[in-house]
Amino acid sequence: MAGGPAIEMRGITKRYPRVVANDRVDLEVADGEIHAIVGENGAGKSTLMKVLYGLTPADAGVIRLKGKKLEKHRPADAIRAGLGMVHQHFMLVDTLTVAENVILGEEPRRNGVLIDAAAARERVESLSAEYGFELDPAEYIENLSVGLEQRVEIVKVLYRGADVLILDEPTGVLTPQEVKELFVILRALRNSGRTIVFITHKLDEVIELADRVTVMRDGRVAGVVEASATTKEELARMMVGRDVLLRVSKDVAAPGPTVLEVAGLTAVGRKGREVLSGIDFEIRAGEVLGIAGVQGNGQTELVEVITGLRKAAGGRVFLNATDITNRSPRQIRDLGVAHVPEDRQARGLVLGFTIAENIALGRHHREPYSRHGHLRLDAMREHAAELIDENDLKPRDPDAEARHLSGGNQQKLIVAREFDCEPSLLVASQPTRGVDIGAIEFVHQSLLGMRDAGAAVLLVSAELSEIMTLADRIIVMYGGRIVAAFDGGSVSEEELGVFMTGAGGGGGAGAGEGAGEAGRAGTPDGTGAPEAMH
Amino acid sequence: MFELVVLDSALRMATPLIFAALGGIFSERSGVINIALEGILLTGAFASVVVTYYTGDPWAGAFAGVFAGMLISLIHAIVSIVFRADQIVSGVAINLLAMGATQFLTWIIWGSSANSPPVQGMAHWGLPESWGAIARGVNAVIGHYPPLVYIALASVVVAQVVLFRTPFGLRLRATGEHPEAVDTLGVSVVRMRFSGVLLSGALAGLGGAFLALNTHQFVKNMSAGRGYIALAAMIFGKWNPIGALGACLLFGYAEAVQMGLQGRDVPTQFVQMIPYVLTMVALVGVIGRARPPAAIGKPY
Repeated sequence: MAGGPAIEMRGITKRYPRVVANDRVDLEVADGEIHAIVGENGAGKSTLMKVLYGLTPADAGVIRLKGKKLEKHRPADAIRAGLGMVHQHFMLVDTLTVAENVILGEEPRRNGVLIDAAAARERVESLSAEYGFELDPAEYIENLSVGLEQRVEIVKVLYRGADVLILDEPTGVLTPQEVKELFVILRALRNSGRTIVFITHKLDEVIELADRVTVMRDGRVAGVVEASATTKEELARMMVGRDVLLRVSKDVAAPGPTVLEVAGLTAVGRKGREVLSGIDFEIRAGEVLGIAGVQGNGQTELVEVITGLRKAAGGRVFLNATDITNRSPRQIRDLGVAHVPEDRQARGLVLGFTIAENIALGRHHREPYSRHGHLRLDAMREHAAELIDENDLKPRDPDAEARHLSGGNQQKLIVAREFDCEPSLLVASQPTRGVDIGAIEFVHQSLLGMRDAGAAVLLVSAELSEIMTLADRIIVMYGGRIVAAFDGGSVSEEELGVFMTGAGGGGGAGAGEGAGEAGRAGTPDGTGAPEAMH
Repeated sequence: MFELVVLDSALRMATPLIFAALGGIFSERSGVINIALEGILLTGAFASVVVTYYTGDPWAGAFAGVFAGMLISLIHAIVSIVFRADQIVSGVAINLLAMGATQFLTWIIWGSSANSPPVQGMAHWGLPESWGAIARGVNAVIGHYPPLVYIALASVVVAQVVLFRTPFGLRLRATGEHPEAVDTLGVSVVRMRFSGVLLSGALAGLGGAFLALNTHQFVKNMSAGRGYIALAAMIFGKWNPIGALGACLLFGYAEAVQMGLQGRDVPTQFVQMIPYVLTMVALVGVIGRARPPAAIGKPY
């Protein structure tokens, strides 16, 4: 290994109009190590990486890459200096092939003007073979799984000759199997002499993969530790600045009567493709049903049908024995269904409205928010102030616009509003996506609180650990069907992961057929073995 | 309807559409909606006639058309790329500007509110008659179109190669689909989009020049919706030069038929609708399957 550090950042400061995103941050990454950067949302990890990559200029500070100083650089300069970034949101063009995406911006040429397609294909094939990526250069990105897309991103970076790789939250979208495979790849890359910077907020992964860890909090470095010499608890304390309950303790569920019953539900998507096929399940009062699955396997559509946002093509949905199939969202809300939607900015909040207005939304047409067709702004503000206190929302100002809240506080605002109306069914979709550890703790405890108060909870999450922690029963969706059902605690993340990729149950068609039964079979009295497919 | 004279006229009618549609493809593939094609055609037509009028050289006029097209598309580029304004609004403004300005300048230069005096058109390409019967034969088959018709057809092939076989084309297409991706790879989104819009101005300007030189004069508002039809042809052709060529030929044919039917028993108003009705029918027929560049219309 060479002597000096691969990356050296000194005193990096970056101010935005409202916040100091990076405050005199120092980062040193040794040559040939896997270095994790952890921190809550808004701690400044992504800003620091953007500064390093040249996407945003820093206000102050010095950057050295392998000893060479980078000044006022653009991504092109960073790439030339051997830096490669795998972005959290993949930077791939769906309508182009794997090879085209890889060579974009640095195309091999033939006769000076034309793209040398054969050379491109060869380069991608050899890079792909070197690390066992199994990529077909001629395949279009839109036909690839998320895991494969990520490999394309890595090949892109390697193609440009990067020996320092930055991966921004690389595991958020992967199944457990894909995460394992990614770690194998990253270790192989390190062993071939490359340096890897790995940004995450998942502490398990840090401990498993990283050599050293830099912890960030509120735009500053809270500490640098050896991964082998630390624990999750210690890292969490450094991240948050206080002790954090990493595992929510929960009592045994005491299920009551059936609240939600879904029978033979089907729905079709935009192109007439069936997005839900024969979904059957029920949730009883006082229990949490978790739906696991890779995004895009019908979970979104299922939630939309239950909450009235999408029409069912067939089947029925019953709430407390009332048929609510294809009723309007308002009717369904009025019957006691609360919804924490998947995309909090698109569907959960009106970003340009104040906290008070957002809290009134959905019940704004009724007392106390409204009387004789007029909004009662004072009543709205008063109630908002109460909820702010109860839920520790920041800022503590009912007139603050929702767009100025942090992601975690936006989510807390939605949770506060939805839980306020004492629902009999709570539908929570990705309730902790992109929020910090503190807010996750809050959301999890609120969900369990609702359960213990007798509500039925439908939890959809791509975060397996969340499902494992909270759900009393778990069903797995794949390809618009329920492919497996388990009791909480009777299954490991790995087992779930197998079903999430559609690999469980020996073949797609067979799994599909038995799906309905499995969904019904997974009642709380069952114990032990997964009641999955044949 | 399939008389040779109709097919002949169909190709001439299609030529300005082909140039404009190719222009639209370059602009929209880079992610900038170019509804200003209509105004660019008109500007190109006007500029070509002015320069031909003063120089007597239609080739100089054609270059003037290209130049004027680029100039006016530069406005669109600056407004929508640098200042990130709404691209539709910018395009509509340019169309209105072109309509008013060309009419005003026609009046200033020639003292007429409707049209310019006649100018010279382009000499047709052909082999020298002195070469004998074979040369005359060749000329009879391919020699009776103005040169810009051939240039339009050649441009289609060149555009297809540029878009799908060169680094520039790959970057342009990627810019229209996912500009962030292009930016992170160190390629300038702004530069790619300027290239797309300026190319679009050059091509549509040349289309305008053909339109005017083919009728040997400038007539007020002579683009008559061809910019919009070219946009339709571009969509119909799924943002591919070859596909757009097919659509332009179809629309050109409709226009030629329309002209052939005028003066017969069918009421003119109906006959004149043919190209536009065909445009709508064609669009309804394919719009579900045509997929525009993903980042189109979004400022970066």
